[in-house]
Amino acid sequence: MGIHVSTKINGDDVEFVCDAEETLLDVLRDRLNLTGAKEGCATGDCGACSVTIDGRLTCSCLTLGAEVEGREIGTVEGVAKGNELHPIQQKILDNAALQCGVCTPGIVVAAKALLEKKPDPSEEEIRYWMAGNLCRCTGYDKIIRAIQDAAAEMRG
Amino acid sequence: MASSTGEAPESKGTHQYQPRDFKVVGTTPLRPDGVDKVTGRARFGADMNLPGQLVGKVLRSPHPHAKLVSIDTSEAEALPGVKAVVTRDDFAENEAHHDILCNIMARDKVLYEGHAVAAVAATSRAIALKALKKIKVVYDILPHVTDVDEAMKADAPILHDDMFTHGVDPMPTTASNIAGRCEFGHGDVDAGFEQADIIIERNFKTAATHQGYIEPHACVATVTSDDYGELWGCTQGHFVLRNVSASLVGMDVSKLRVTASEIGGGFGGKTTVFLEPVCLMLAKKSGKPVKMAMTRDEVFKASGPTASSSMDVKIGCTKDGRITAGFAEVRYQGGAFRGAPADFGAMCAFACYALENVKAIGWEVVTNRPKGAAYRAPGAPMSVYAVESVVDELAKAIDMDPIDFRLKNAARNGDKSSYGPKFESLGLVETLEAAKNHPNYQIPLGPNQGRGVASGFWFNFGGETCSTLNVNQDGTVAISVGTPDIGGSRASMCQMAAEELGIPYDQVRAIVTDTSSLGFNDTTEGSRVTFSSGMAVIFAAREIIGKLCERAAMMWDIPVEAVKWEEGKAIPAGANAGDFEPLTLAEIADAAGGTGGPIAGHHEYNADGAGVSFGTHLVDTEVDPETGFVKILRYTVIQDAGKAIHPSYVEGQFQGGAVQGIGWALNEEYIYGDDGKLQNAGFLDYRLPVASDLPMIDTVIVEVPNPGHPYGVRGVGETGIVPPLAAIANSVSDAANLRMTELPMSPPRILKAIHQAEAAE
Repeated sequence: MGIHVSTKINGDDVEFVCDAEETLLDVLRDRLNLTGAKEGCATGDCGACSVTIDGRLTCSCLTLGAEVEGREIGTVEGVAKGNELHPIQQKILDNAALQCGVCTPGIVVAAKALLEKKPDPSEEEIRYWMAGNLCRCTGYDKIIRAIQDAAAEMRG
Repeated sequence: MASSTGEAPESKGTHQYQPRDFKVVGTTPLRPDGVDKVTGRARFGADMNLPGQLVGKVLRSPHPHAKLVSIDTSEAEALPGVKAVVTRDDFAENEAHHDILCNIMARDKVLYEGHAVAAVAATSRAIALKALKKIKVVYDILPHVTDVDEAMKADAPILHDDMFTHGVDPMPTTASNIAGRCEFGHGDVDAGFEQADIIIERNFKTAATHQGYIEPHACVATVTSDDYGELWGCTQGHFVLRNVSASLVGMDVSKLRVTASEIGGGFGGKTTVFLEPVCLMLAKKSGKPVKMAMTRDEVFKASGPTASSSMDVKIGCTKDGRITAGFAEVRYQGGAFRGAPADFGAMCAFACYALENVKAIGWEVVTNRPKGAAYRAPGAPMSVYAVESVVDELAKAIDMDPIDFRLKNAARNGDKSSYGPKFESLGLVETLEAAKNHPNYQIPLGPNQGRGVASGFWFNFGGETCSTLNVNQDGTVAISVGTPDIGGSRASMCQMAAEELGIPYDQVRAIVTDTSSLGFNDTTEGSRVTFSSGMAVIFAAREIIGKLCERAAMMWDIPVEAVKWEEGKAIPAGANAGDFEPLTLAEIADAAGGTGGPIAGHHEYNADGAGVSFGTHLVDTEVDPETGFVKILRYTVIQDAGKAIHPSYVEGQFQGGAVQGIGWALNEEYIYGDDGKLQNAGFLDYRLPVASDLPMIDTVIVEVPNPGHPYGVRGVGETGIVPPLAAIANSVSDAANLRMTELPMSPPRILKAIHQAEAAE
């Protein structure tokens, strides 16, 4: 039997029906066509499926779809305001901080969550916060610089 | 200043490097696919869905080696929601792609844990997984072997009873796990060792590592009842994928159209064919679209890791630092089928050195592990680790600076390479000199800290390539390339087209086209794309310039020879100089309907002249004597790019390669139990480097032009992973006075070595 869930995604009311064993990642990707979050491992080790639930950074592969009743979910699709990129998105582009780009949605969501919590993180704080987001292409150097640049811009 | 006359240049003879002042090349514009990738809109392999699609799942062997006695799929087929089941019976024998066929769906035997034995397509993933459990497979379990040295023994379990060692004369008459032997070198190594004042000989081992791309293999397939197929998926080479898949499924190549999705990393591991023919067969049998994606567990167990190795190296030198002889014997296992890159390992081992006496032997071995795949400079990092470790020890033994030691023996222009050909133009010495002059080479070190240096080599490849440029009516330009963009190559293509045509970067757009829209292109591999596809774009643009000059000549009613192309404009020249206002590309494009119709350029060739690639890495580490943990303090990559088209993405290749090498050196390893099963098939236990493990990765781009490319480009993708294993081992050796001869240098291994050294004192 399907489970009926009412939730909010990127500010919009959303309803869906899912099976008990479906993860939030499955629901986002397969039922709601929000394919920005990626399945890299399905075990919470790679961070490619990062979303926020009530503002808290989490792996959507470790959350069941049925658990998000009444919660507010933020995904990469909601980070830009229309055509206006968020500073972290722009700085990732400016710094060439992506190669294949498959980890990038998770990086964007995780870095945004960091900067909302801590506007002036040290390099070490950025590195430890981002340690749950695997990137195999870049060696992280340019990603860390992009987050530092975005933090500086957001502080004004 | 770039300029050319109305005649379209012949591609032959113009491949040669010509110095010029670049306007767009060498700048760092934003990549054209960037916004889609930071907003989540870019569609990767698993992001494509077709109406009414089924979900396909694969049943995999739990045993490392067994006869496949029988497969009963009747209960699975009877399950409501199951629309198709495929096994070995659905695929005909295929001589051309025999190993791939046996790998994608086991035939008489399963050869590794995770080997595919059946697949199901059903209306949901839950039903597909339930159906897999209802397939009854009878296995006759056989003894297995996963270690390379064990697999070479005479009494080892034999994987293939028709495998007789290639490269041994006469060919053996009994089957073995040794697929082949190769040998490279010149001179007389025995005589060379006689001349040496000091000789060091060591054995090394490296573990198998996985490419570790974050995106698992995924595809969607549909096949009509009259056998037209469409396939969408992540691949480094959709043309090769099309050819192999069509052959295995029994389709005409022209009837299968493959579209390469955005690709979430590959590093060689997606030059492969795994799910795609199975997906096509399920789609064909069910009459519905089928989508398949591997889990991470499947990626580890059934897609290509690189080879593990066991190696012996012996090098001798004089007291003043001249290497008199080098010998290496490398044994690589590459999983259950032929293909371990022992040949590349043997060829690359001594490539950095100009040696009078050198010999390298490679042994290619099969074991009960997944079919290996290419991984960034396949075969080179291991043998170079072994050689560069011994080189470091020799330099220390004669109390010589390790960079000076390398400079004294480095390969230079005109030297005969250790693998045969003569080097024509190479930038190794330049990277060594840049390393010596880098500020990071002078920083004082503290207690338990050490500094390591190593150099590395990769061949670089060219290959079959074609590209088309279309001039749009508004004067913008569309590029069609056939090489999937794995690290920003579309930006480089646009830069090269803009450079040639003299138009702004943002007026050019590059698309990776499907297999029905261009001729055959080799795979994105061998660091070949910016070199080969880029050169095709340059020559297609030059063809367009010739046509633009013709059209301008028509518009002016003057001979085409009297038109020249400069800075994006046709200009009347010679006797007609100054007679007409220059015509821009946009003006000529706008008028094209009246001067002969659309304007396009195309270039097709088998690219040669890929310039060899060398790099030198510097790394400082600190070894914790209490835990054996190695911290990377500073890391510097210095590599010859020939000419960096987009320097930011060149740096990115250097940094990414170095960090993959750091993972290989310190943590990553396929761990097998005595049961022949992989014990760490997940990112928790197979630990890729994470952001908190690392410092910033400094880069120095050296530019020694490749004579075989008009802009001097050399591929840059692979060499970055070659030096780090040795550079880190040398740094650890310096920090802890230990010579680590086995990778990875994980904390328990280092701690054990520290304790052994203490006990010996």
